[in-house]
Amino acid sequence: MTVHHLVILPILLPLLCGAVLVPFTQGRHELKFALSYASVLGLLVTACALMVQADGGAWPEGIGVYLAANWAAPFGIALVADRLAALMLLLTAVLALASLHFAMKRWSRIGVHFHSLFQFLLMGINGAFLTHDLFNLFVFFEVMLAASYGLVLHGYNAERLRASMQYIAVNLAAALLFLIGTALIYASTGTLNMADLAVRISAIAPENIGLLKVGVAVLALAFLVKSAMWPLGFWLPTTYAAASPPVAAMLVLMTKVGAYVILRLWLLLFGDEAGAAAGFGYDALVWGGMATIVFGAAGMLSTDTAGRMAGYSAVVSSGTLLAVIGYGQPSLVTAGLYYLIGSTLAVAAFLLLIELIDRIRTPSAAMLALTMEAWAVEDTPDEPRGKGVPAAMAFLSLAFTACALMIAGLPPLSGFVAKFSMFHALLNPESGSGSIDATGWTLMALVVVSGLIAIISMMRFGVRTFWAAEMVTPPRLHLSEVAPVTALLLLSLAMTVQARPLFDYLGRASADLHDPGRYARQVLPGPVVPKPGEAP
Amino acid sequence: MELALSLAIGIIFGAGIWLLLRPRSFQVLTGLMLMSYAVNLFIFVMGRVWLDQPPLTPAGSTPDPRVLADPLPQALVLTAIVIGFATTALYLVVMIGARGLTGTDHVDGEEPEL
Repeated sequence: MTVHHLVILPILLPLLCGAVLVPFTQGRHELKFALSYASVLGLLVTACALMVQADGGAWPEGIGVYLAANWAAPFGIALVADRLAALMLLLTAVLALASLHFAMKRWSRIGVHFHSLFQFLLMGINGAFLTHDLFNLFVFFEVMLAASYGLVLHGYNAERLRASMQYIAVNLAAALLFLIGTALIYASTGTLNMADLAVRISAIAPENIGLLKVGVAVLALAFLVKSAMWPLGFWLPTTYAAASPPVAAMLVLMTKVGAYVILRLWLLLFGDEAGAAAGFGYDALVWGGMATIVFGAAGMLSTDTAGRMAGYSAVVSSGTLLAVIGYGQPSLVTAGLYYLIGSTLAVAAFLLLIELIDRIRTPSAAMLALTMEAWAVEDTPDEPRGKGVPAAMAFLSLAFTACALMIAGLPPLSGFVAKFSMFHALLNPESGSGSIDATGWTLMALVVVSGLIAIISMMRFGVRTFWAAEMVTPPRLHLSEVAPVTALLLLSLAMTVQARPLFDYLGRASADLHDPGRYARQVLPGPVVPKPGEAP
Repeated sequence: MELALSLAIGIIFGAGIWLLLRPRSFQVLTGLMLMSYAVNLFIFVMGRVWLDQPPLTPAGSTPDPRVLADPLPQALVLTAIVIGFATTALYLVVMIGARGLTGTDHVDGEEPEL
């Protein structure tokens, strides 16, 4: 058995890089940027390598297990890289690269520890994707959140302070719920390792089942706060609108972390093999998800600022995801994973684009004035003095149209493929009589209506911005800001063109998730590394 | 014993929730701290209530898990205390910043109109 040290690299690399960057002063910002960028590129390569290993048969059953400090599971902490985790790591690295590139000329130079916080955020997110232990998950969530508190405040002004006061309070309270849930699960089952939980849950004593369900429900509340399920998601639009664009793009991913953990935990714990606890909570997820879609769609209609609109579209996408998870049908989960990737890319690109669009109306210097004053930064960041990309307006409007098409789910971009495949899965139920129940119809109706509402509100914003603005001054864009947005949109186009191989991969990932026994077989026997000199 | 512990945890947590919903940031912070104390106690108790049975074994002897307190919740609670302490301190810094920038300690950043 070879040692999969690669599995822990996505956690160690940003940790070390973030720590190294702390002592450098802001005067060395080019060096800091270069190190940070190199680390993100390293993450990208690692994620690709993990994906190849998970899918290429390098590991038995496509599951790579890393036992921290060589403690056998379930006593130590196990990190698990399977197809889904590798894919999420890749998505993280891609978004991080885009955000960081976007921040090159401007946002990374205001404030002192942008790069360190950014790296710690990546560490937390990657850790949350990889870990297979509930308490360790809590630790990575806290790392991720602590970094995000700092990043939301980045570019310190009154609006950001107000937003982050609420954001931090909500998330601190959610962290406490997380702890309560974890403690209850430990009390009722005696383990915190997820694979071990999946094994024990089928044989749990009847008097403990109630306690376990309460524990998982409280735990789920903590994740649902992150993924902004109605009524737990009121903090989200305000925070997204207030945060600086590169940070907001990373926040989009953080809502998906909540949905990812719910998906993994629910399929592992409450699948068909779970005995008396099977099927717990699915209805709550599906109806809560649908309520979230309604809330997000109503919010999109009612707001006229682009930042809040992007926030509400993130709410809609996470509602759709939760409903898809709660519907409990493997083929639908495959489509939902495709939707997850596509919608993350779309909303992130939109959030980055908003700042560029805002330049049509506001002189770019005005926004910086306050933050510069507050931080007493002496080294004035370069104005993005770009050469004025030719036809900047054309770029902005085309990119905006692409974002709108993706968020609303119209052809030809990936949003359409995602919604089409979700409907296809809903209309072809795998089990039972082959008829579709009321929940399925309601879900389809809501997805269609939310797409319609998205296109209405995006068109309204687009018309006001690009057609009706009288005082349009052609904005000055820097190539480093145009490139990430373009790259994210092109990636979405590639997802459409390469939908077939991607769906095959996601299908295999979804099959992994629906077979909890497979994890138990890989994680629990504990492929402990033999001591040097000892035969394996 | 169990009743006293549960009541204590419940009362602290309840007081914390009440304070969390108050409008002044200091009250919110105090509420969060009370809640985290209650949660720490809760985790501790989730390893069952043991009296005079520390999870320590003299050197050379074989531990008997039936007569020892469960060490895992104790380890968890240590981690939880450290993390809770750090995040609360961070929140305190944000509060002070908000007080300085907005001139009020109201959580909305502005005084409500009377």
